[in-house]
Amino acid sequence: MADPTIFTVPATIGILSSAVRLATPYLFAAVGEAICQSSGVLNLGVDGIMLLGAYAGFFVTLSTGSLWLGVLAAMVVGLLMGLLMSVISVSLKAEQGISGIGLYMFGLGLSSLLFKVTVGTVKTVVGFQPVKIPILGDIPILGEILFQHSLAVYAAFLVVPLAWWFLDKTTWGLKIKAVGHTPAAADSLGVSVLRVRYASVCLGAVLAGLAGASLSLAMVNLFQENLTAGMGFIAVALVYFGGWRPVAIMGGALLFSFMNALQLWMQVLAVKIPSDIAVMLPYVLTIAVLAVAHNHEREPISLNKPFERGEH
Amino acid sequence: MKTRNLLIVALVIGMLAVAFGGPAVAAPAFRIAIVMPSAKTDMAFSQSMYDALKALQKEMGGESALQIAYSEDMFKVPDAAAAIRDYAGQGFNIVLAHGSQYGSSVQEIAKDFPKTAFAWGTHVDTFGLPNVLAYTAAAEQGGYVNGVLAAKLTKTKVIGVTGPVEIGDAKTYISGFTQGVASVDPSIRVSKTWTGSFSDVALMAEAAKTQIAAGADALTGSSQSVVGSIGAAKAAKGKVLWFGTQQNQAPLAPELVVASQQYDWMGVLRAMIKNYKAGKLGGETYVAELKNGGLKIVYNPSFKLPDAVKKAGDKVIADITSGTLKIKP
Repeated sequence: MADPTIFTVPATIGILSSAVRLATPYLFAAVGEAICQSSGVLNLGVDGIMLLGAYAGFFVTLSTGSLWLGVLAAMVVGLLMGLLMSVISVSLKAEQGISGIGLYMFGLGLSSLLFKVTVGTVKTVVGFQPVKIPILGDIPILGEILFQHSLAVYAAFLVVPLAWWFLDKTTWGLKIKAVGHTPAAADSLGVSVLRVRYASVCLGAVLAGLAGASLSLAMVNLFQENLTAGMGFIAVALVYFGGWRPVAIMGGALLFSFMNALQLWMQVLAVKIPSDIAVMLPYVLTIAVLAVAHNHEREPISLNKPFERGEH
Repeated sequence: MKTRNLLIVALVIGMLAVAFGGPAVAAPAFRIAIVMPSAKTDMAFSQSMYDALKALQKEMGGESALQIAYSEDMFKVPDAAAAIRDYAGQGFNIVLAHGSQYGSSVQEIAKDFPKTAFAWGTHVDTFGLPNVLAYTAAAEQGGYVNGVLAAKLTKTKVIGVTGPVEIGDAKTYISGFTQGVASVDPSIRVSKTWTGSFSDVALMAEAAKTQIAAGADALTGSSQSVVGSIGAAKAAKGKVLWFGTQQNQAPLAPELVVASQQYDWMGVLRAMIKNYKAGKLGGETYVAELKNGGLKIVYNPSFKLPDAVKKAGDKVIADITSGTLKIKP
């Protein structure tokens, strides 16, 4: 085989379709975190919720053989973690950053422990298989990049417009943003700050659980200790990156996973760059863009501030 | 008050005496502690050593002869260093720091515990310290054998390699593999991807998918995160073959694993214990090779390997064992 270059049609298709696939867990997690943060709660425990979701999905699928039960389990676990985070940071008004880190450590430790006790060794499940969407999947080039993925990928991209619609076009979305901006005003208008924050944190956590399941049931089809390797933190960064806008967050997730896919392909095609530099690329880029493009316009003003009635 | 405090102290001392003052044990067990980066059931690097320790324990006569303590999932080096120091402080005879990333920690800690033997690998450096042992696997040997087999089996003439970081036995294995492929057919392309992480399974899986998309029909890789690559190979449904290293990886994917280079650290461990008992705590480097049984090529019985290919593999194994074929790491 002749020395290949990266500027060929197959390589380009490969890079872009990898990018779309790799964005999946980030989309679920970051969009969920955006909803959570819009209500004024910073949840740094996303990675821990993802880990428990990934474990729960994997374990249930491994023992029942049903992928959908696995997905359900991941969502339930996400919900429980969301409730835990809500109790700690909304009701008990604990410092959000710290309780989020605590939640992360809890998820990391518990998922490892449960995995060791219940599975213990390397096992795999048959995960969600790629589904070619009729007609669209046959479009040359574009079909291969966008429409020949697993259900998890389609679901992740579907979450983006849904979240946009939910946050910007529904009364619920308005309430969430009101609570995130000026909770006192929302409260005086009869909006229950507590209830809205609980719901937002839980919804975000359910999506984080799904993010985990997309890893263990669609992308790698197994579970291992610390499977996420810090993806949840990248997801939190992507929320800032996208300025709390689901569509912009998707742009950020795609950019990040594009860089990741690009570096993998550059290595495969023996582009003369040391591998150490190549693996740094996505992270360097994320930090650089984050530094330049930080958009405060939609930042929830009361982010990270517990609500006390009667203050302000 | 004073008498009451005295009473409490006396009581505590009494309890301690009961707790620790049991009947004296006849011959104290030899004690080995191991600190490893991943789970002891990782089907790769950590398991290779843990299984050897357990087998040795059985051989020596159970827990009364050899006591094993372990810390797994020590991906974070500072945590591992704390565990290594802890085990040394507890008076273990040999502390195994099972990961090339633990080298500088061992170098630090060994100076503080001159009566403890510290073994670390895979590496060759003993830092000139009298109580540090190094052990390594000549992974390039099995890599070469796997490379020859892969080169004979590939149809697309593209072979993919996924590795963590370009150091230690990951590096030498892949170097040997590449030489093995080239010895059969220099026109076969071996493309390599390093993910930069020993533990990032998801990225490793995507690396393997990338290799497959780029035309590879045979894959190999090193480190505990290769389970991601094997999963990706499985998802390609029979189009891709896998060549294992560190452990026999056939159970992970019986339909596509051709052969695995399996590490067998028993010989290395036996030598360490023997030397320790003779008063030699360090300064030596042990190398597991095909010749001394530290490395084994395990063909997967469920995979139908053509006779001619197996013959080629066996010949290379024989040549390396006899020393007529030398592989550069």
